[in-house]
Amino acid sequence: MGSHSSPTILLQAQHLSKSFGGVRAVDDVAIAIPQGSITGLIGPNGAGKTTFFNLLVKFLPPDRGSVVFDGRPVHGLPPHKIAQLGMMRTFQVPRVLSRLSVLENMLLAAPGQHGERFWAVWLGGRRIRQQEREMGEKALELLESVGLGHVATEYAGALSGGQRKLLEMARGLMCDPKLMMLDEPAAGVNPALLEQICGYIEAWNRQGITFLIIEHNMDVIMSLCDRVWVLAEGRNLIDGTPAEVQSHPRVIEAYLGSA
Amino acid sequence: MLGILIYSATLVTQAATLALFSLGLNLQWGMAGLVNFGHVAFMALGAYTTVLLTLGGVAWYLAALLGAGAAALLGLLIGLSTLRLREDYLGIVTIGVAELLRLLLKNERPLGWLTRGDFGIQSFPKPLWPNPQGNPLFGWLPPNQYPWVLMVVVLVVLAGTLVLLQRLSRSPWGRVLRAIREDEAVATALGKNVFAFKLQAFVLGGAIGGLSGAFYAWYLQAVYPSNFLPEVTFQAWMIVAIGGAGNHWGVLAGAALFQLYNSLPRFLPDIAPGQTEAIQVMLIGLTLIFVMVWRPQGLLGKKAELLLHR
Ligand SMILES: Nc1ncnc2c1ncn2[C@@H]1O[C@H](COP(=O)(O)OP(=O)(O)OP(=O)(O)O)[C@@H](O)[C@H]1O
Ligand SMILES: [Mg+2]
Repeated sequence: MGSHSSPTILLQAQHLSKSFGGVRAVDDVAIAIPQGSITGLIGPNGAGKTTFFNLLVKFLPPDRGSVVFDGRPVHGLPPHKIAQLGMMRTFQVPRVLSRLSVLENMLLAAPGQHGERFWAVWLGGRRIRQQEREMGEKALELLESVGLGHVATEYAGALSGGQRKLLEMARGLMCDPKLMMLDEPAAGVNPALLEQICGYIEAWNRQGITFLIIEHNMDVIMSLCDRVWVLAEGRNLIDGTPAEVQSHPRVIEAYLGSA
Repeated sequence: MLGILIYSATLVTQAATLALFSLGLNLQWGMAGLVNFGHVAFMALGAYTTVLLTLGGVAWYLAALLGAGAAALLGLLIGLSTLRLREDYLGIVTIGVAELLRLLLKNERPLGWLTRGDFGIQSFPKPLWPNPQGNPLFGWLPPNQYPWVLMVVVLVVLAGTLVLLQRLSRSPWGRVLRAIREDEAVATALGKNVFAFKLQAFVLGGAIGGLSGAFYAWYLQAVYPSNFLPEVTFQAWMIVAIGGAGNHWGVLAGAALFQLYNSLPRFLPDIAPGQTEAIQVMLIGLTLIFVMVWRPQGLLGKKAELLLHR
């Protein structure tokens, strides 16, 4: 193959559809996410972006359509299995486990925990303790790296909105995901923190994690994304580079039409 | 004097049984957030299974374990059919199952060979205390001193259960349960099989409820369907709420307090003849109100947790 062979596709979805009563929230939508990319997903309010996320990870069962992740069809799997394969999503409104400590939020996320098996709790004390120690180190390192090291022992419910966003992303990383799906990481975030978050995303991307990002903030999309997909009224509108998409008349029309 | 002492042994046994029963609910509700409004069904099944098996010649400890096993099986059936549905279904189904079981026990009389319906079953073997031939272990103890023996047995079982639950709560397994209680969607997004964890918690909680049934039968020395009215379930809810949901030691404190208020009026001079029961109910209600105002998180619950927003 030449040096410009098309990159491997990490996630490919086709014909995904979901109706709520009469509303076709997602209607025959496709997406292809190249391995190692930062792919954007934009569209006016109510375009179906969050619903599309939920279909990808099976938080909602699609009426129709297929999702192939890392070379295997996943639309038949339950959501926790999909997560275990390496698709990690965050929520539009960050969801932390309030009455668990920040560190516990992180530890919970680690995959393959021996101590989560009922019988192992009785028989595998040593191995569990060792795993907890190793995970604890990794968790603290990650927390430090996003500036949450000093609140590790606080209840997660005591964190500010911005800190919750950081915790949610760091928690997702504990799972060693192949694909991080962020639902509006910039929403409600002050400019300083936004810059910080964009920096983290680029750094994690360089470490090999692929990103799919829903975002309204065009500056974020322009600076981070390799490719952007546009949804409008539940359907694929166009896809292209950020520059192509930003100036495309149909995109402008879709946004103006919804205003 | 000795009479009061022995009576206090019975009171402790009662409290410990109630604590054991409530620990099962605390695992389900306090830790995993599962709404079980029919917890008494596990107790009833455990009690009747134990009694019938011992009557059939099975050793008391085996019978009690099998009683717990039967309750676990009931938990498995309920769990498999409802835990995948929306959470309120569990509440409805558990109420229904508990009443169904009680009515089955009650109306079995026409058959008459098993539970004897409303007549109940009154004489059956008890732990470490057999038959006229005497007991090698406690042969020296006069029969009216038996409550001491039972008290020790239940306290040992209660302590064992508490150790077991503490260990589970502190393990990664317990962490997943607490995560599920907080936000199921997050646990799922992090790759946890929420259904499997809920099922395990529900079944184990049921088994503990079943085990408490054996002690209930033993200290009452009789079982009737009317022992297993829905209000028994709500006593456990009260105890868990008073103690602080999710806190196992709190459940012990809650059970002790409940038992104190439940039995104290009997020792008081009969101020209002015939009204003792009513006064009891009032006292329990007042305690509950007092605790909820003074320590809304429960006696041993953590105050900070109440101040968090989701
Ligand atoms: N659970 C639901 N039940 C009924 N309708 C729903 C449900 N979820 C979403 N919808 C509808 O589906 C459409 C798409 O919603 P969705 O949340 O996916 O949009 P979005 O693109 O994420 O919007 P935003 O940018 O505002 O977050 C909307 O019309 C919404 O009202
Ligand atoms: Mg959305």
